[in-house]
Amino acid sequence: MSILSAKKYVFSKETDQYLVGINQAFRFVVRFFKEVFSRPFHFREVINQCFEVGLKSLPLITVTGFIIGIVFTKQSRPSLESFGASSWLPSLMGVALVKALGPLVTALICAGKVGSSIGAELGSMKVTEQIDAMEVSAINPFKYLVVTRVLATTITIPLLALYCSFVALYGSYVNVHAEEATGIIIFYKNAFSSISFIDIFTSLSKTIVFGFTIGVVGCYKGYNAIQGTRGVGKAANQAVVLAMFLVFLEEIVIVQVANWIRYF
Amino acid sequence: MENQEQHIINKGESVIAIKRLYKSFEDLHVLKGIDFNVFKGENVAVLGKSGSGKSVLIKIIVGLLKPDKGEVVVLGKDIDKLEGKELDALRLRIGFSFQSSALYDSMSVYENLAFPLTMNFKHLGKKEVDAAVMEALDAVGLTDKVRQMPSDLSGGQRKRTGIARTLILNPEIMLYDEPTSGLDPVTSSEINELINEVQKRYNTSSVIITHDLTCAKATGNRIAMLIDGKFLKIGTFNEVFDTKDEQVTKFYNYNFIQ
Repeated sequence: MSILSAKKYVFSKETDQYLVGINQAFRFVVRFFKEVFSRPFHFREVINQCFEVGLKSLPLITVTGFIIGIVFTKQSRPSLESFGASSWLPSLMGVALVKALGPLVTALICAGKVGSSIGAELGSMKVTEQIDAMEVSAINPFKYLVVTRVLATTITIPLLALYCSFVALYGSYVNVHAEEATGIIIFYKNAFSSISFIDIFTSLSKTIVFGFTIGVVGCYKGYNAIQGTRGVGKAANQAVVLAMFLVFLEEIVIVQVANWIRYF
Repeated sequence: MENQEQHIINKGESVIAIKRLYKSFEDLHVLKGIDFNVFKGENVAVLGKSGSGKSVLIKIIVGLLKPDKGEVVVLGKDIDKLEGKELDALRLRIGFSFQSSALYDSMSVYENLAFPLTMNFKHLGKKEVDAAVMEALDAVGLTDKVRQMPSDLSGGQRKRTGIARTLILNPEIMLYDEPTSGLDPVTSSEINELINEVQKRYNTSSVIITHDLTCAKATGNRIAMLIDGKFLKIGTFNEVFDTKDEQVTKFYNYNFIQ
């Protein structure tokens, strides 16, 4: 097309923009995999980002996990008691918290806290030309900013999810202990009695995928922010909404795949 | 365009050579086939109204934007054809001072300057980095601000720090994007002096993008007047403004009446 001719759209402006957006996002992910295995490696920055993502999310994860453990146990007890099955409570909590709630709650908290923070930080760097400044100084901003952050979320969120599950189980134990005076070792033993290796493997895989998604979405939205400060807000907001949506979508797909593997 | 060819002749080695450069953003045609040369050791001020494509021009020179058509040869290399390490190697020879200064706001002044150095020359020890940082800060007169955060600096100090961050890599070409915008006349004049000092001290060739005639006159060995995506006139200040062309006189009168 001549550079002086009028711009033509294949479908409509909106549809074309949407398709271009999908293409850009796909290329962004492909670029991540290309860059992650090439030199130079910014290990120190990955550790810094792990600290930002992990340690700073710990208080929120601890409080949320503990409360979920207590509340979920409290809510489940009457139903089990009506069948005379309250002794199954630790097993139920183990399955619910380790397999589903722990990873999901951690991912949602991190999508909100970490995803928005990455989106806003990179968005702000983009609109104030800090990313361009890195590029003209012969520093690869994608490698320094995106690869390190995505690696940090991919490494840290599974650990946070594991921690969240244990804290939630402890919250559940506190509730069970108050009612039945069960010992903590027996509680944890019962809680893990119904959990197989494939459950742990699925949970771990799920949280790795969640961590990667939250990092990529936050970085993608921030890295491509436009329209000044308004764009920064938009990037942070879209990073949270899209990451949460994708986390739910991935949860459904991974659970289906895990069930399929279990049966075959 | 009448003065362009005569200035290319007998000017020595060309460090930036642009031929028939076009750049559009969707339906907006910003640069419409411009030719432009910068010779070794000279300062060229590119003058034009806001939105005339001045910043787009230097972003193409440093490879931040791709041209639609045309040739951009910087220090003997066609920048549009470079990628990866080759592009990085060329960028290390070009300093870019941003309109907004673009300082890394999570880093102190020291870290802002040390960052490009340590990322590109990993073998450097702390003493060498410290010395280079202090030398660059000395060149812009900000050695006392080394531990400050960018948010603690004034507009002029931010501009100076931005310039120091580029100087630390010893560039051969300096590109200044609106170096005096948003500054008071006194600070603007200090920045103009700094641009001239940098040219002498580091023996750089510079392109100064500005809409400020005082800045263009104070810093530019040549002035290039960019209007409607094309260079209307290129020459010394007097050559460019000794004209009855309404587009040029309007610009001159507006600036000096202001």
